[in-house]
Amino acid sequence: MSGILRLCTAGSVDDGKSTLLGRLLYDSRGVYEDQIRSVQAASRNRTSGPIDFSLFTDGLRAEREQGITIDVAYRYFATARRKFILADTPGHEQYTRNMATGASTADLAVLLVDARRGIREQTWRHARIARLFGITTFVLAVNKIDLVDFDEQVFRGIVEAAPDALDGARVQAIPISALHGDNVIEPSARTPWYDGPPLLPFLETIDVAGRGASDAFRFPVQLVLRPDATFRGYAGQVASGTIAAGDTVRVWPSGARTRVTRIVTWDGDLPVARSGMSVTLVLERDLDVARGDVLSSAPPHVGRRFSADVVWMDEQPLRSGCPYVLKHGARSVTAEVDRTLSLNEIGRVTVTAARPLAFERYGDDRTTGSFILIDPATNFTAGAGMIAEPVAERRAGLAGNHAAARLAQAARGADTDEAAVTLVERMLEEMLI
Amino acid sequence: MATSEHLRTLEAESIYILREVAAEFARPVLLYSIGKDSSVLLRLAQKAFHPGPMPFPLLHIDTTYKFREMIEFRDRQAAAIGATLIVHTNTQAIAGGAQPFAIGTQRCCGLLKTTALLDALEAGRFDAAFGGARRDEERSRAKERIFSLRDAHGQWDPRRQRPEPWRILNARLNPGESVRVFPLSNWTELDVWHYIQAEQIPVVPLYFAREREVIVRGASLIVPEQPFVPLLPGERTTRVMCRMRSLGCSPCTGAVRSEATTVADIIEELVAVRQSERQLRVIDHDQDGSMEMKKREGYF
Repeated sequence: MSGILRLCTAGSVDDGKSTLLGRLLYDSRGVYEDQIRSVQAASRNRTSGPIDFSLFTDGLRAEREQGITIDVAYRYFATARRKFILADTPGHEQYTRNMATGASTADLAVLLVDARRGIREQTWRHARIARLFGITTFVLAVNKIDLVDFDEQVFRGIVEAAPDALDGARVQAIPISALHGDNVIEPSARTPWYDGPPLLPFLETIDVAGRGASDAFRFPVQLVLRPDATFRGYAGQVASGTIAAGDTVRVWPSGARTRVTRIVTWDGDLPVARSGMSVTLVLERDLDVARGDVLSSAPPHVGRRFSADVVWMDEQPLRSGCPYVLKHGARSVTAEVDRTLSLNEIGRVTVTAARPLAFERYGDDRTTGSFILIDPATNFTAGAGMIAEPVAERRAGLAGNHAAARLAQAARGADTDEAAVTLVERMLEEMLI
Repeated sequence: MATSEHLRTLEAESIYILREVAAEFARPVLLYSIGKDSSVLLRLAQKAFHPGPMPFPLLHIDTTYKFREMIEFRDRQAAAIGATLIVHTNTQAIAGGAQPFAIGTQRCCGLLKTTALLDALEAGRFDAAFGGARRDEERSRAKERIFSLRDAHGQWDPRRQRPEPWRILNARLNPGESVRVFPLSNWTELDVWHYIQAEQIPVVPLYFAREREVIVRGASLIVPEQPFVPLLPGERTTRVMCRMRSLGCSPCTGAVRSEATTVADIIEELVAVRQSERQLRVIDHDQDGSMEMKKREGYF
């Protein structure tokens, strides 16, 4: 457990997401008194009921005026057990891109459902996006349970109608009233038929570690540090796995083999670096390693083509055959795709990059399995992509010499003949299948 | 409450951001405002490029109304770290008599902070400016990206901000555009103090309680360093045990009553206290949504 739980919210407009978040912030004392006073002043102009909790999270004037959330807002609160980073994502369909942004870094999603209305198309869509982005732990929060007289049958009916998108995921359904606080922090006496945990205690204790990522060491090189002639180090953040001084690694896409001699930090050299740590690695051999290369302990997929699920976030549609800038890890390359997508559409495309990339399937590693597409005309971040499968580079004319050189280089770098054969076999398979 | 593990996670993320900027932008600069957040940012920048030096200068926008102790601390820190420090002041506005009691806080901030900042960024041809702002500070900041895109006039348009999925940062700019970069986006005020404690980072002594000569005005304690701060009818200065929770210009930054003389005391006080740190910053409250409006005009 990293001590931080990242979560996002999903659901339809009016299901009460902002109210629930406001309640969590308020009850866990994440909202300070002067912010409450400013919200109370604003509340008087809109509602006549109790504090309008959604005003804590709707930050922009345009949002407060229209009573909607139009952009992802990040909120922070902490309890004695955990720190929470919470992405409050908008419910309107036109802001699907923000749902995607919120889901991309989240460990867990809270799906809000209005007990009176049941699960709606928008919620189903959000659940599907959350699954696509690798979230496997969900809270199905059946809200406004007070407005259906705390009826167990209504709750059961909604849980049974849970979307297919949640099949195989870990789901905790909780009947709540965000407005009145039932089952948010404390168990509610008004739902005696519910014996599960309230929302906050569940979030405090849920273990989301080990989600998807395999244990191999992966390290995208961000920066080559050469302060003087005596030091050359490769700075970056460990994407997955661990590395110890003395370990052998390969540099991708070249496949060259080397050894890590030092793990350097401002606080002194470390014997071991783990997933998530920002460090600087010194390598044994003077190799040509550049920003964007990936150091890893297990061979990644290396190639220019792969299939990917792309969420399109730009008003200008994705066009097939047009050049885009693809940023993957610390490397930017020109790339094109084979089909079109319009704003908020999600689709499986085949990507062809101008240069080979070292990547993993998104399900195996979120960092080396994800990329963004940038429109070179506007520089807008237009697409978010998750790599599904490597695709063979069929046009031998393009792959030809380049592929041969890579195979030769990889074979030369291998420790043993056996390792060389395995490596070349795998690379050939990727190129030919 | 905070674990050292979660501070390490925040630290590693911030270092990742600092390195991305150094790798992708031609002329980054670190906006150094001397406060606790800047002090943390400075330490993170030292860590990110170790054993090399910080590959960008520090820029301080000096309104000339900052607390004297802040300026002394600034010069001492820059020298100790060996950083290049650029100080910029809108001297024309000062010569024209700009001060909050003469022209109002909104115009004063506009001239001495926003205009001065934009002029300094333009003069240095800086394409990326680091700031210590955090998303937990204020409502419109909760919507900020790590890379906050600004147009040729340094202005923020919430509807033009780019999505930032995962931690992949888009550093491509159109001619005239620049970014403000917020490596501390995911930190809270409490995280900052815990980190200062864990790392023993030096901060301006104004943060620590001692008896100070102040004007008690409503809930605010104003330190009358500037001669133009008027005494209202019936007011006089008194000695009060107090400290600054947030640092700015002395006429517009109130002190809070406090007994906290160490970082540990401050953390204890924060856990107990229920008021947000910007409450005593007069400039945030001059109208509803005023931070959002200042940001649209080019403020941090």
